[in-house]
Amino acid sequence: MKYTYYPGCSVSATANLYQESIDSVLPGLGIELEELDDWNCCGATAYMSVRELLSFAISARNLALAEKYHRDMVTPCSACYLVLNKTNRYCEEYPDIRKKVGQALEAGGLNYSGNIKVRHLLDVVVNDVEKEKIAGTVKKDLSALKVAPYYGCQIVRPEIGLDDPDDPQIMDELIRSVGATCVDYSMKTKCCGASLMGTDEKKALHLCKEILADAERNEAHCIITVCPLCQMNLDIYQSKVNSLFGTKFRIPVIYFTQLIGLAQGKSMKELGLGRLGVKISGEMKKIIEGA
Amino acid sequence: MLEKEVVYEATLDHDFLDEIYSLPGGKEVKRCIQCGTCSGSCPQGAVMDHAPRKIFSLIRAGFRNEVLGSNTIWFCSSCYSCAVRCPKEIKITDVMYALKRLAIKEGKVTEGRKSAVLSRNFIKMVNKYGRNHETELMTRYIIEADLLNAFNFAPVGLKLFSNGRLPILPHKMKNVDQLRKIIRKVDEMEGI
Repeated sequence: MKYTYYPGCSVSATANLYQESIDSVLPGLGIELEELDDWNCCGATAYMSVRELLSFAISARNLALAEKYHRDMVTPCSACYLVLNKTNRYCEEYPDIRKKVGQALEAGGLNYSGNIKVRHLLDVVVNDVEKEKIAGTVKKDLSALKVAPYYGCQIVRPEIGLDDPDDPQIMDELIRSVGATCVDYSMKTKCCGASLMGTDEKKALHLCKEILADAERNEAHCIITVCPLCQMNLDIYQSKVNSLFGTKFRIPVIYFTQLIGLAQGKSMKELGLGRLGVKISGEMKKIIEGA
Repeated sequence: MLEKEVVYEATLDHDFLDEIYSLPGGKEVKRCIQCGTCSGSCPQGAVMDHAPRKIFSLIRAGFRNEVLGSNTIWFCSSCYSCAVRCPKEIKITDVMYALKRLAIKEGKVTEGRKSAVLSRNFIKMVNKYGRNHETELMTRYIIEADLLNAFNFAPVGLKLFSNGRLPILPHKMKNVDQLRKIIRKVDEMEGI
């Protein structure tokens, strides 16, 4: 199965560990990604806060470029997933926006006819690859590993269709497919604070604390995530949560692709796990090494 | 405190209502039934000047300054919980974006100043490289918005850097010119 790949800006920087695990794990699942040539930033939430039409126009450049590949476009980043889908939806719903975006693209010698379906990598891994196939690649018994799936916001909202916006299950299923134990907890789709972490840190740390506390209360060894910003907030800022609230969290927050790789017996290094802020240690390390 | 306690139809700031209603998805604001599902769903509702339900009430009563000057619009982290639950299908998060843009345009950003600086610098990155360069963005943001607090960012920066997650050089796109042509065209259409 071949897809056009829209990596987004984060996977070559703060989320490079995500990309390393993607490169390591996807070929074994029969997923082939061809990078969209010369893609640009989707605009994220920041662009939308200052210029709406411009946000849609730069985002649409990527969709226009993707049309020559005649395939679904896949992104590993929840924000890119949301913004690119939102561009599609607004161009479809509002003729005035479609017209102006079209004129802007024309100035760059491009045209977009509206036919690119944008999907999140999690969707492709769970819905396009047979469960048995994923299970067939598993080499380690991770049944003792308790994993809390953290969906965050932007893959289940506002686009509804991938899964339930409040109690999604697709990552839960994936955890079971690789033989680990899925932790059910109530914070799985609550916000991590996103970019508020940079602008109003205490409020965002508070939101992260609630998520980490709920995962710990339910005895999770680790949290898995699908979004570079969620991963950074929960991982890199975990020590700040601890110093602000006097908590003692030491919960590794890894990407879902890294969990698949661990189950396949790949090395920590190959999966980029050495780059975590909160390293894999203690009981989780024992389970992985003993499996 | 609100600037006025009671506003009657004849004295409403209709310009503000019209501006909001004319936005894509804006006219749905008329349908709000003040049920409060949005405020109850908002992870930041408790710390906002006015939780979303009240913002919609204030918009419809024409309280321009109260709405645009509130911290509410800047504490919205785009989690879309309200938007997917709204029984009247109001695109609440998108209305918040629209309010952010209006607040910036009218110079009414107060408590949300840092968010506005972050957004503006993000756009600079994209216009320059075509992609976001997280390291430069963080540096520019700290210098412009939060220099006194720079020591607070240091441990985070160090942790990212020591784990090889903060590259010094940007990943540029090739055809930045094409992107800039698109940007210029939008500027032209919007008279900027």
